[in-house]
Amino acid sequence: MIPVGFDYQRPESLDAALALLAEHGEDATVLAGGHSLLPVMKLRLAAPEIVIDIGRLAELNYIRVDGDEVAIGAGTRYRDIVISDVLAKECALLPAVTRTVGDPQVRHRGTLGGALAHGDPAGDLPAAILALEGTIVLRSPRGERKVPITEFYTGVFSSVKEPDELLVEIRVPRTGATGWAYEKFTRRSNDWAIVAVAVVTAPDGARRIGLVNMGSTPLRAKATEAALAEGKSIEEAAALAAEGTEPPADNAGTPEYRRHLVTVLTRRALQTAAG
Amino acid sequence: MRLPTGLVSRPMSILGTRVVRTEDPVFLTRGATYTDDLTDERLTGALHVTLVRSPLAHATINSIDVEEARNAPGVVAVFTGADCDIAPALLFPAANKKMLRPFLATDRVRYVGEAVAAVLTEEAYQGEDAADLVDVDYEPLDAVVDMKEALKDEVLLFPEAGTNSVTAMHLNKEEPGDDFFADCEVVVSREIVNQRVAAAPLETRAASAYWGEDGRCTIFCSTQNAQSARDEVAGWLGMDAKDLRLILPDVGGGFGAKIGADPEFALVAWLSKKVGRPVRWNESRSENMTGMVQGRAQLQTITIGGDRDGTVKAYRLDVVADAGAYPRLGVALPMFTRMMAPGTYDIPKVWSTAQVVATTTTSTAAYRGAGRPEATQAIERAMDLFADEIGMDPAELRKKNVVKPEQFPFTTKGGAEYDTGEYAKAIDLACEAANYEGLRAEQARRRERGDALQLGIGVSSYVEITGGGAFVENATVQVHADGTVTVLTGTSPHGQGHATAWAMLASEELGIPVEKITVKHGDTDLIPTGAGTMGSRSLQTGGVAVHNAAVELVELAKQRAADVLEASIDDLELDKATGSIVVKGAPGAKSVSLADLAGTEELKVFHEWDAKKPSFPFGAHVAVVEVDVESGKATVERIWALDDAGPILNPLIFDGQRHGGIAQGIAQAMLEEVVFDPEGQPLTATFADYGIPSAAELPSFDLVTMETPTTINSMGYKGVGEAGTIGSCPAVQNAVIDAVSHLGVRHIDMPLTPVRVWTAIKEAQEATR
Ligand SMILES: Cc1cc2nc3c(=O)[nH]c(=O)nc-3n(C[C@H](O)[C@H](O)[C@H](O)COP(=O)(O)OP(=O)(O)OC[C@H]3O[C@@H](n4cnc5c(N)ncnc54)[C@H](O)[C@@H]3O)c2cc1C
Repeated sequence: MIPVGFDYQRPESLDAALALLAEHGEDATVLAGGHSLLPVMKLRLAAPEIVIDIGRLAELNYIRVDGDEVAIGAGTRYRDIVISDVLAKECALLPAVTRTVGDPQVRHRGTLGGALAHGDPAGDLPAAILALEGTIVLRSPRGERKVPITEFYTGVFSSVKEPDELLVEIRVPRTGATGWAYEKFTRRSNDWAIVAVAVVTAPDGARRIGLVNMGSTPLRAKATEAALAEGKSIEEAAALAAEGTEPPADNAGTPEYRRHLVTVLTRRALQTAAG
Repeated sequence: MRLPTGLVSRPMSILGTRVVRTEDPVFLTRGATYTDDLTDERLTGALHVTLVRSPLAHATINSIDVEEARNAPGVVAVFTGADCDIAPALLFPAANKKMLRPFLATDRVRYVGEAVAAVLTEEAYQGEDAADLVDVDYEPLDAVVDMKEALKDEVLLFPEAGTNSVTAMHLNKEEPGDDFFADCEVVVSREIVNQRVAAAPLETRAASAYWGEDGRCTIFCSTQNAQSARDEVAGWLGMDAKDLRLILPDVGGGFGAKIGADPEFALVAWLSKKVGRPVRWNESRSENMTGMVQGRAQLQTITIGGDRDGTVKAYRLDVVADAGAYPRLGVALPMFTRMMAPGTYDIPKVWSTAQVVATTTTSTAAYRGAGRPEATQAIERAMDLFADEIGMDPAELRKKNVVKPEQFPFTTKGGAEYDTGEYAKAIDLACEAANYEGLRAEQARRRERGDALQLGIGVSSYVEITGGGAFVENATVQVHADGTVTVLTGTSPHGQGHATAWAMLASEELGIPVEKITVKHGDTDLIPTGAGTMGSRSLQTGGVAVHNAAVELVELAKQRAADVLEASIDDLELDKATGSIVVKGAPGAKSVSLADLAGTEELKVFHEWDAKKPSFPFGAHVAVVEVDVESGKATVERIWALDDAGPILNPLIFDGQRHGGIAQGIAQAMLEEVVFDPEGQPLTATFADYGIPSAAELPSFDLVTMETPTTINSMGYKGVGEAGTIGSCPAVQNAVIDAVSHLGVRHIDMPLTPVRVWTAIKEAQEATR
């Protein structure tokens, strides 16, 4: 449980961090909250030569309304999301989802940017941001680009992010304080989701549904969304929630079980969101 | 029932009161000192041992290349099995003599985590780096994880043994007739799994060793019984036990898995001698989850027969127990399972068999209850299956068949002699506390409405053996001239609160306050004999020894005082308010304190107490669960636990033992299982994957009190350490199955995870369709 030796750098600014990352490329790994990175390093499943710690960069720590969206710095801790007044009012799904992540220690260290960059298909935040149709802002010395979350993930733990790019900001629409629900199904209170379903009502009134742990990336329950748009009942629509999913098999559940569970959770989430 | 004399209630007695644990302030403030925390000067400059462990469950070793590791920074030495001259050992006497465990594997590995090389470094982190550089060339062999597969003897762990069958110790002399169930109107039979679980103490295994100039070796280690661990290590190393000293710093939990010595202890001592320096070893959590012995792991076939009026007439239990790769104490545990097979019931015909088989998995041994919970789970599932089949209330069925108070002492068909018990009363009291009738009414309402959240009510009636292994225990009580007292005990607390409890027992007899009494244990030079703490034995053996020693010490003091006070010994008594020997009925007359007597001549008594027999605590639990039939998720809502272990010495400690025990029973029922994939790879080697519950997964516990003394000792004490686990686990499993029994479900194996519950409902509904 001791990582392989590595060099440690703590740049004082975002630009310095970007420069370091560009210099070292794939030999370097960014450290934010460390709650995904350090466990894999301790198990020696990852052995970066250089660890660039961006955890204390104030530039990456903010939550603010920006036009039709809320902009959240990638380094913002879960805890700050949970207690944010801005989010409670403008995008209440996000703090509600974040509150279910791990335990208080995890929430005091883990960052939104870290969770999205890590991209665990069983993670809570990627599916929530997917339901919100948020935007990921990536930056490198080459410049900045905005990637819709719908185009961000390419597979298990992989995304379109280049090795020299940092995730600097996450932008989510102002979906308000109501019309959302999060059904997270776990074995124990602090566990990862066996399956979870995030429902949010978009500014245009459509309901969008993000699924956790139903495939190699976070997924949308497209068939359910379409059925709702056609005016089908919640029961009818929720029954379609497993369409197009490829859930994993593990100790906590078979794919068949997850395909069933997702319909139950989707129905419950839609009912809750409907108020 | 005859009441023992010690039970006459005493005015102003400290016994039975909630004395706050004297050991807790340190644990709660500066923290304990576990083996790996030691800064003992004898360990100055100690090297760190890192064990290279097999990533494969079954393989032959072609070669091990340690050159690169030897040259890595900080490495002082690297040893492999070829260097190690500790003879491979039989870890359990009754196991197949060919199933020897090497201290470092030589030609073959038999489970993931088996040690193949030892790396000694100046710093711990250097050890992990260097261990990565040890290059082992393995030739994979087929793993065998499934017990039934292993019994086929197709893949052999020890080809030289010719079989995976571990022992003949459970063979029956005769066989039951074909007509065993012939007189039964109803017979129900099925296979159930008592799954493998991990003890997972918060302190993992650890040992440090150094050799003195006198040629003696001292090992600091984490175990539940220093003296037997010393003897085991001495045996493995071919040493005289007198040349070995074991010292136990604080021990952070054991739950049975730290009974005796682990082979690593001997290895650490051997390594220290080899390099001529002290060494220390402390494993990681993941190492612990594959290296430390695990518990339960039984496959059981239960068959129960009787009449429709609820008379149980015959019961049969066939056990296959998993020994893991290297047979250890797990080999013996089916003996307790068989002995306790009939549980609290007076069943005219009982038959049991047991086979123990080796598999390419972690070895098994004792875990909280050790053989008895497996028996309880089986008979309590059998009773529910039978109740379901004949349509009788499970609590009624139990009360109808339990041993009646007037039948005690009662010799069961399992061969146990139950000392005292009131089993039906225990069921009644627990059901009354739970408002059993009201719960059944609520259950009926929910069933009628077809709620998504169904209610399940589970009842267990249990009896278990405590103090069943070692009957003899010793204590030394010494009063010092400054008025303080030292108690030496051969028991070995690792969370049980003996420092407080033994002090209470001594205080009661000596009239010296608990604060002035120090309890010492776990140093084999100071206390050369003793059997340690396991099997809920401590109070009824070691505690009674302390009581007896203190009583004797008062007698000794009176003899001495008779001279000082020039009085007849018959006229003297101890005034407990002052801790002085006084003349009876003569207040103000001359007296002499125990402390003053100790100032003149050593005032010390060694007492060895032989309980000769075990005792049989019993109880009844009622669990209430809610099951979400749509998702399969079961939640334990309430549990009422009646655990009767005789008179209660300290309710705080007594209830604490029950709380921990109940939590572990619920944990096995609901969450915990050690899982290996078919290749023998552990899938639950971290706390992220292994389902230990937290407070959030547990209800608050409702404890019901009943105190039925044993007749085997003067104090009436039985043991309570494992009771909660034994009672709660079947009550919870029964409750979950009860919640969905109206949907046609008859059984679900533990742990009762959502996917299992959901699958059981689905299969039952498909079967009735
Ligand atoms: C006990 C425990 C329980 C947990 N339970 C849950 C749970 O219930 N649900 C859940 O969703 N998660 C859970 N997690 C994971 C947790 O959410 C992680 O904190 C999170 O996934 C990663 O965020 P981090 O800031 O800690 O990232 P780090 O661990 O620091 O980094 C993770 C990865 O992202 C990269 N990275 C980080 N920040 C950036 C950035 N700004 N730009 C580019 N790359 C970056 C790193 O290089 C690394 O590869 C748990 C973790 C633990 C230890």
